[in-house]
Amino acid sequence: MNPPLISAEHGPVLTRIAGFIDHLRLNDFKIGPNETRDIVQRIASSGLGTSDTTRLQSKILLAGNRDEWDRYDDLFEAYWLQNGRQRQSIQTKNLQSNSSLNVAHGVWKEHFSPDQPDTNSETTTDTLDGGDAADGTRGKLVASEQTSTLKTDFRKFVDSNEIAEAERLALRLAKAMRNRLSRRYRRTARGSRLDFRKTMRANQCHGGDPITLIKKSRPDRPVKIVIFLDVSGSMKTYSRFFLQFVKGLVCEWIDTDAYLFHTKLMRITDAVREKNSVKAMTKLSMMIDGFGGGTKLGQSIGHFNSAYAKRALNSRSVVIIISDGYDTGSPEHLARELGQLKRRAPRLLWLNPMLGWRDYQPITAAMAAAMPHIDHFSAANSLASLAAIEPELARL
Amino acid sequence: MIETNTLKERLRDANYIPDDTLTMALQLSLDLKRPLLLEGEAGVGKTEIARALATMLETKLIRLQCYEGLDANHAIYEWNYQRQLLAIKAKEHDHTSSEVIEEQIFSEAYLLRRPLLEAISQPASPVLLIDEIDRSDEEFEAYLLEILSDFQVTVPELGTIRAASIPHVILTSNGTRELSDALRRRCLYTYVEFPTLERELQIIVARLPNIEAALAGQIVRFVQELRKEDLEKNPGIAETLDWAAALTGLKMTSLTDDLDMISASLVCLLKTETDQKSITREVASRLAGKAA
Repeated sequence: MNPPLISAEHGPVLTRIAGFIDHLRLNDFKIGPNETRDIVQRIASSGLGTSDTTRLQSKILLAGNRDEWDRYDDLFEAYWLQNGRQRQSIQTKNLQSNSSLNVAHGVWKEHFSPDQPDTNSETTTDTLDGGDAADGTRGKLVASEQTSTLKTDFRKFVDSNEIAEAERLALRLAKAMRNRLSRRYRRTARGSRLDFRKTMRANQCHGGDPITLIKKSRPDRPVKIVIFLDVSGSMKTYSRFFLQFVKGLVCEWIDTDAYLFHTKLMRITDAVREKNSVKAMTKLSMMIDGFGGGTKLGQSIGHFNSAYAKRALNSRSVVIIISDGYDTGSPEHLARELGQLKRRAPRLLWLNPMLGWRDYQPITAAMAAAMPHIDHFSAANSLASLAAIEPELARL
Repeated sequence: MIETNTLKERLRDANYIPDDTLTMALQLSLDLKRPLLLEGEAGVGKTEIARALATMLETKLIRLQCYEGLDANHAIYEWNYQRQLLAIKAKEHDHTSSEVIEEQIFSEAYLLRRPLLEAISQPASPVLLIDEIDRSDEEFEAYLLEILSDFQVTVPELGTIRAASIPHVILTSNGTRELSDALRRRCLYTYVEFPTLERELQIIVARLPNIEAALAGQIVRFVQELRKEDLEKNPGIAETLDWAAALTGLKMTSLTDDLDMISASLVCLLKTETDQKSITREVASRLAGKAA
């Protein structure tokens, strides 16, 4: 509203702010030109102030939901204060359990073309002059070394027949547990029956003559799927295959929420939903930095319970856990968290790839602790065994 | 433009102790005239901030409690059908022409103003609190979008009613449903955390002036420790206040005095069966020991 406040001398600051907005967008912030205008106006009218006030102001203006709110401080610091250098030192210290890793990776992901994972040359040059504060977007490429060494490339694992088969199977399963009709009727625009009570109420204004007719019908009560995929070291041979399976389940016409876990949990629904399969897989391999590490089942499920469960689960949810049950956490913790989960979700399926092996007994401590909470426990080491759970799903 | 510190002082005068984030959010929302969307666990004082804002600005608080199935009739306006019918009946013998009757019964006198219409027809900007927006249906969210961006309501029989003054809108949500991006983009967003130790202490002292300082400190430390325990439902500020009031009512002076009384009075803080079972006498005594 006050354009004169911003003059040519603000140029460098504006470029830097634009760079910051870009940095946030790379990290999946939904920011439009309006928000950018607001923030520029704000800074122009009240000055930059201390970094804390500015951070708080911009956070309120730019963050739109809990997830963005929680990640904002890290992103702000990475861009404005350290130019990404601190991030690097954290990464080397703590490779597997640092939750801010994803945050950092989001920034780099656009910089890698899928065919050229080796960015060492760029990394070194940028680390050298990363301290140049006036430079717009330079800070972004620092700290990519870990990414390239840790990146596990799913694309290499997947052969095209398997992709097609796993996805087709998942679609069939999703169909099996698809819509059920509710017993109750609700008002709808084009229903099959008349809703007499509402019609009378609506026609009071016509003196009781039924002029507006109100219809009702039985609404769809779609099943909601929440799927957890274990990508720890012991599941390595299966992960790529199940990932395709998950991708198949996260389709347009069924409400699916997908999570990966190893030592920590992450939500991958949006990454998987990406239409372009190569792009989706690249995105995922970026996310799975602890791929091949240990498993903390209890902790991961606990994280889900506290952060997502309220929103992700309802009385028509089916939770599917794909894991071999080799857990490095305590079984009591797992049992407690599963109990919590079970209270919100009516059905819990556990698919264990090991179960298909001859002579395998589910006797790991974690499996034993989990058994009382599981409604259906079955093998999942081949396409055939996955197909075998279809009747179970249809029965739900 | 109100300075951040003055705003804080004025909120204090309105009996609300804000933290920096919330003050900044309120300030931005007042400056930019944009709705403020507050998310956070139940009991962190989301609804209370709207009350405090209304007291501070010395204006009316209009509250719309959302629920599943809330529709435009209950949120925006409705014609008073019964009165209209009565009016028609009464005028039947007057030989008034139907046009005149129609003119009369579709006038403002027969319009029932529901909260949203009420809010935009106030002469001075009121505070409009849209509570627990996540409980309403998505269709209602769409109605809201129009009102929040244009501040006008169209009544077919009367025409468009434009806002006489733009209300200060505060929306709260408990995060049971993901709100649409369109709605989020129209609002400023703030996640409200549980209060820090100092702030909670200030709140208790402000609300219960008769409480002894030592006991208040112990209570707050106890509750803060309790929130670190693995509970299903963390106690909010209202629960802390209830408990503090209960303990002062029981004439307690210290948490370490009477453990039986403490465990019995924990019903003020723990609201589910599992939580009550998980905080046993031993846990309570450990927490009380820590707090003392």
